[in-house]
Amino acid sequence: MSKYYALFHRLSGIALALFLPAHFWALGQGLEMDAFLAWTEQPLVKAAEWGIVVLLAAHLGGGLRVLAIEFLDWHEWQKSLAAVAAALMLAAGLAFALAL
Amino acid sequence: MSYRSDTTLWILQRASAAVLALCVSVHLFTIVYAVRGGLSAAEILARTRGNNAWLAFYSLFVLAVAVHAPIGLRAIAIEWLGWRGRSRDVCAFLFAAALAWMGMRAILAVFL
Repeated sequence: MSKYYALFHRLSGIALALFLPAHFWALGQGLEMDAFLAWTEQPLVKAAEWGIVVLLAAHLGGGLRVLAIEFLDWHEWQKSLAAVAAALMLAAGLAFALAL
Repeated sequence: MSYRSDTTLWILQRASAAVLALCVSVHLFTIVYAVRGGLSAAEILARTRGNNAWLAFYSLFVLAVAVHAPIGLRAIAIEWLGWRGRSRDVCAFLFAAALAWMGMRAILAVFL
């Protein structure tokens, strides 16, 4: 289970690193942002937004797991931590889906 | 890069992760709050313009991510691509600089 978390943590990290320049560029538009926001109303873009928010939550959960394993003597708790990471991901995803 | 530099990068990666854990948690709540009823430039700017506490928070967030993301990508470049040598470290540094520049530019556009 642990190796899948490590892989997912990497893949979500890569996705977030690719997303960040676009995110910063869009915000850098200031008042011109509305043209970009209109573009984001498309269903596929909305789905992608939902995906990136879930990946952010998942990367947070996975990162907390890494920090706990490396800095706390909790090795036997890895499964519980993994569960917490999954719960965080799900909760953020559902909250964002409800808010859309 | 020497072992010592790798250790420094590892520490920077973990220290920035600890900062980001807090920043991302706050940001996730902010996202859910902000997207209710849809987003518009006017609505975003009404919330952000002149708000110095959030300006400070997001400046810290951007700097932490500019440290964190390139170090993570560098580690992946080493382990998955076998990319070694100076070119890899130069690219990681350029990505860090680009993130810091674009991120701070975004913050100035939204908060000032």
